[in-house]
Amino acid sequence: MAKLKDHLGRPVVAVTGIGVVTSLGVGKADNWAALTAGKSGIHPITRFPIDQLNTRISGMVDFLPSSSKGASALTYELAETAAREAVTEAGIDLENFGGPLFLASPPVELDWHDRLALYKGGKQADASERVLEVARGLNSSDMFDSAQFGTIADRLSDAFGTTGLPITLSTACASGATAIQLGVEAIRRGECDRALSVGADGSATAEALIRFSLLSALSTSNDVPEKASKPFSKDRDGFVLAEGSAALVLESLESALARGATVLGILRGCGEKADDFHRTRSKPDGSPAIAAVKAALADAGLSEDEIDYINAHGTSTPENDKMEHLSLSTVFGQRISQIPISSNKSMIGHTLSAAGAIEAAFSLMTMREGVIPPTINYDNPDPAIALDVVPNKKREAKVGTVLSNSFGFGGQNTCLVMAREPV
Amino acid sequence: MPAALDERRALTHKPPMKSHDVVITGIGLVSSLGEGPDAHWQKLTAAGTKPVLDTERFAPYTVHPLPEIDWNLQIAKRGDQRQMETWQRLGTYVAGLALDDAGIKTDEALCSTMDMVVAAGGGERDVTVDNAILAASENRNDFDVLLNEKLTTELRPTLFLAQLSNLLAGNISIVHKVTGSSRTFMGEEGAGVAAVETAAARVRSGQSTHMLVGGAFQTEHPDMLLGYELGAYLHRGAWKPVWQRAGSEGGGVVSGSGGAFLVLESREHAEKRGARVYAELGPVRSGRARRKRGELSSTLETLLKAANLPQGQVLALSGASGGHAATSAEKAAIDAYTGLTARGFGTLTGHLKEAQFPFAVALAALAVHNKAPYPVFDATSERNFDGIPEQVLATAVGYHQFEGLALVSAG
Repeated sequence: MAKLKDHLGRPVVAVTGIGVVTSLGVGKADNWAALTAGKSGIHPITRFPIDQLNTRISGMVDFLPSSSKGASALTYELAETAAREAVTEAGIDLENFGGPLFLASPPVELDWHDRLALYKGGKQADASERVLEVARGLNSSDMFDSAQFGTIADRLSDAFGTTGLPITLSTACASGATAIQLGVEAIRRGECDRALSVGADGSATAEALIRFSLLSALSTSNDVPEKASKPFSKDRDGFVLAEGSAALVLESLESALARGATVLGILRGCGEKADDFHRTRSKPDGSPAIAAVKAALADAGLSEDEIDYINAHGTSTPENDKMEHLSLSTVFGQRISQIPISSNKSMIGHTLSAAGAIEAAFSLMTMREGVIPPTINYDNPDPAIALDVVPNKKREAKVGTVLSNSFGFGGQNTCLVMAREPV
Repeated sequence: MPAALDERRALTHKPPMKSHDVVITGIGLVSSLGEGPDAHWQKLTAAGTKPVLDTERFAPYTVHPLPEIDWNLQIAKRGDQRQMETWQRLGTYVAGLALDDAGIKTDEALCSTMDMVVAAGGGERDVTVDNAILAASENRNDFDVLLNEKLTTELRPTLFLAQLSNLLAGNISIVHKVTGSSRTFMGEEGAGVAAVETAAARVRSGQSTHMLVGGAFQTEHPDMLLGYELGAYLHRGAWKPVWQRAGSEGGGVVSGSGGAFLVLESREHAEKRGARVYAELGPVRSGRARRKRGELSSTLETLLKAANLPQGQVLALSGASGGHAATSAEKAAIDAYTGLTARGFGTLTGHLKEAQFPFAVALAALAVHNKAPYPVFDATSERNFDGIPEQVLATAVGYHQFEGLALVSAG
């Protein structure tokens, strides 16, 4: 009989449903097949013109009905699609989820085409005044809804019958992990028996791309798109902007067992630590990331020796991969060179607000399937980063525990520890 | 079914393993009325305080503008100030006021273990660049190419960071060294409600000993008005108190610039360090009425019932925005609840969006702490309150969606 309380006397949190969408496809099955085949979803940008752009590739999700309808519509569809798969797998009523919603999604802004349409709809000389005047005469609430930060969660709440006030959050590139952490915490506090945690990001607009480009964060390896994302390689030159979503149904183990649900994995622990060094760079000694990893291990009640695999943040930027290696080698010592560590981003790119959730989903599948997805494009190892990155080919392995890292702008560091089985 | 407030959850709510009292030990406030809890208390309890209004800059809209602020007082490094636009500067400044007020600001150990939840929208776009793009579009039929040309050459690289929602929290970490956990909630007034609710739950359950929670809103930017006006929510024409805007031109919301941050602590933690306690933060209740189905009134009724209001006269610091439907539903719910007397502080501060609920809780705490009520902010619509307010309600009913309230008690 599994223990229903953890080492700190809190309810054990199980995962009973998983849903995923990335540039590799819709659903777990397609994604897992591609991921373990070492297939890349990175491709040339076709959604908007690439004139003047230094980066002309991405991992956009171009195959959904909303793919051309703006960031807000696409983010909603991504979230809804992943949540539907997860709730269905969990065997919970699709219209009456019966627990709270935690949504990680990108900050919204009025789409440029909408702004242009407002401008073209009036005649006043001052553009700002003109846009405001036309806005208040709109006959539709579509633009308003797309520019409200609470809309996507509100619509998801309607669709799935989640309870209470939904939480929409942003911790930049750690958002997806934070959404899971908030769900875990709500269950541990006894506020609910189950929670729906979703990370979704469909915000790869031209302006988003340009903004990251201006910060020199993006890969410009345009010629062979599938080779552009190369975490831990010596010639890594930035991340590849991407879209996607993942949803987890989190449930107290007690509730999951009581209703006979299949337990897909256990959310053992969460840790975070804010960095006060710089808006985009981490503290040179890596101490906040180190503290976040240690906090996640402590929260999980596991020692450094008990982690079988690390799902890296591994963005493929020179800075991240170096700092992630420094932090991990500090925590795990010499053993770090023996722990398999791979980056899903080598195949799907950096899905920003969704990344932490997508990578948690893949971590859980890694344990269940006993297969570690590779880090592809590892042709030119960085000698300063001595890691077993599961290069280029998947590896069969018995994986009982995973550490998944998420680090973001604004000093956000969040780590999750997951286990295959309850204790 | 009153789906909004989760009754099922309320009924099956299991008590947390340990329960700690949550007390408010620090308040940071900025609005058009000034800065700091004392200035606000003085202004709001003085008879006949008039709102500070700017009716010209954004005509036909009226806004409650920021007061003059010496940013150096809370953001010592000019370099840090330059990395932010006004919204982030404002939030960072108000957070600093709250930390100062709690006596935590210079305590590195306390700041480095402090958890944070920030309620945020987005930062300011570059109006000059945006309007130049719109103007240039007059002579072009390849708008997407124009966009690439202009954005790649004219955007300031660091502006992106000044726009990112979670970079208010990021700047608070950098400037004030608050480096426990850091979460940013989005979603207009609901973000403020959820932030306070989550922060209180963390302290109550023993997950955190001390927390910084709050938000800021900088309305003096055309896009911040546009966010409301895409839904025709802004009031136009002559200014009126929040309760009196029904039937006027526009949607009823008059926005303001400002912010509110609170330091929440477990009572043990506060007592151990000898902190001054303003008030205890009692139940925080939140809801999501499906307003199109007409659920707002029943949701507000359910929330009020769940707040465990005491018998007798109770003062309510209402965050009503003036938005017609939401404000009239809130007014009706408060009027129908025997003993409840509302003060719509938005009349004097304007609507502060994400910061509205933290602001309401702060004003409620000040009344409890000072053992005195606020006079009417609108003699036509509000009733006198006699006596000492020992428990004060704080509300925020979103102009469009999401609602919440909290009960603050003598500490």
